[in-house]
Amino acid sequence: MNSQMQIFSHVKSYVPPRSPFDPCPPIGTKYYSTPPNLYLGFQPPGLPQFSPADALRKGTLWKVLYDYYDNPYRKGAGKTHG
Amino acid sequence: MWIYEKKLQYPVKVSTCNPTLAKYLMEQYGGADGELAAALRYMNQRYTIPDKVIGLLNDIATEEFAHLEMIATMIYKLTKDATPQQLRDAGLAEHYVSHDSALFYNNAAGVPFTAAYIQAKGDPIADLYEDIAAEEKARATYQWIIDLSDDPDLNDSLRFLREREVVHSQRFREAVEMLKEDQNRKKVF
Repeated sequence: MNSQMQIFSHVKSYVPPRSPFDPCPPIGTKYYSTPPNLYLGFQPPGLPQFSPADALRKGTLWKVLYDYYDNPYRKGAGKTHG
Repeated sequence: MWIYEKKLQYPVKVSTCNPTLAKYLMEQYGGADGELAAALRYMNQRYTIPDKVIGLLNDIATEEFAHLEMIATMIYKLTKDATPQQLRDAGLAEHYVSHDSALFYNNAAGVPFTAAYIQAKGDPIADLYEDIAAEEKARATYQWIIDLSDDPDLNDSLRFLREREVVHSQRFREAVEMLKEDQNRKKVF
């Protein structure tokens, strides 16, 4: 499961249904976040950690729980960062 | 009792004078899914939860107050030098009339905080599921604020706070697992 989580994206998307009478131009894709805590279950011991300095900056000691967020509607955004 | 450290949990830097962002941040200050609601919810529920997860609620409630202090700092920095005209342009005229530039526990739409935002059912699973939902809602609120904000330094602090919501949700989910496991294990009395 952990190796799958490396290639797996925590940003999901869908295209809202469109009616010919919708007043606004389509937003296109809607994005939503599915952060790693949804998949981890009870955290097993011995998982990889960030260095203390990195952990204080990122907000978590655990690499598996780190989930960078950026506005997915901005151009070039919407991808998960490492 | 608590020991107070006279520093923020994570540095708060604001790079642009943008009182409108202060209005958005009030959602996390006095909103239904804000840090005050979170802190008070956990601090109160911890009395009537199985003792193996009391410490978790106590620790997370304490951290939520540290987050509340960060949000307060952001709002203060964004409004302290704003003129009445600037506050009006930011949609904060009503706030100014009531409070000048004082902070108050309102949400982004100016609705004052109410204890009805939080719950304590006394059922451990119901309460922990509410706590998980509260963390996910706070995470989403941070996302929507980051989406609206173009202040890179402020967003850096908001990303830290969002990550903490992810970690808190994880720990509440583990608390549920601990309470479930206890039921499945064969115990001989």
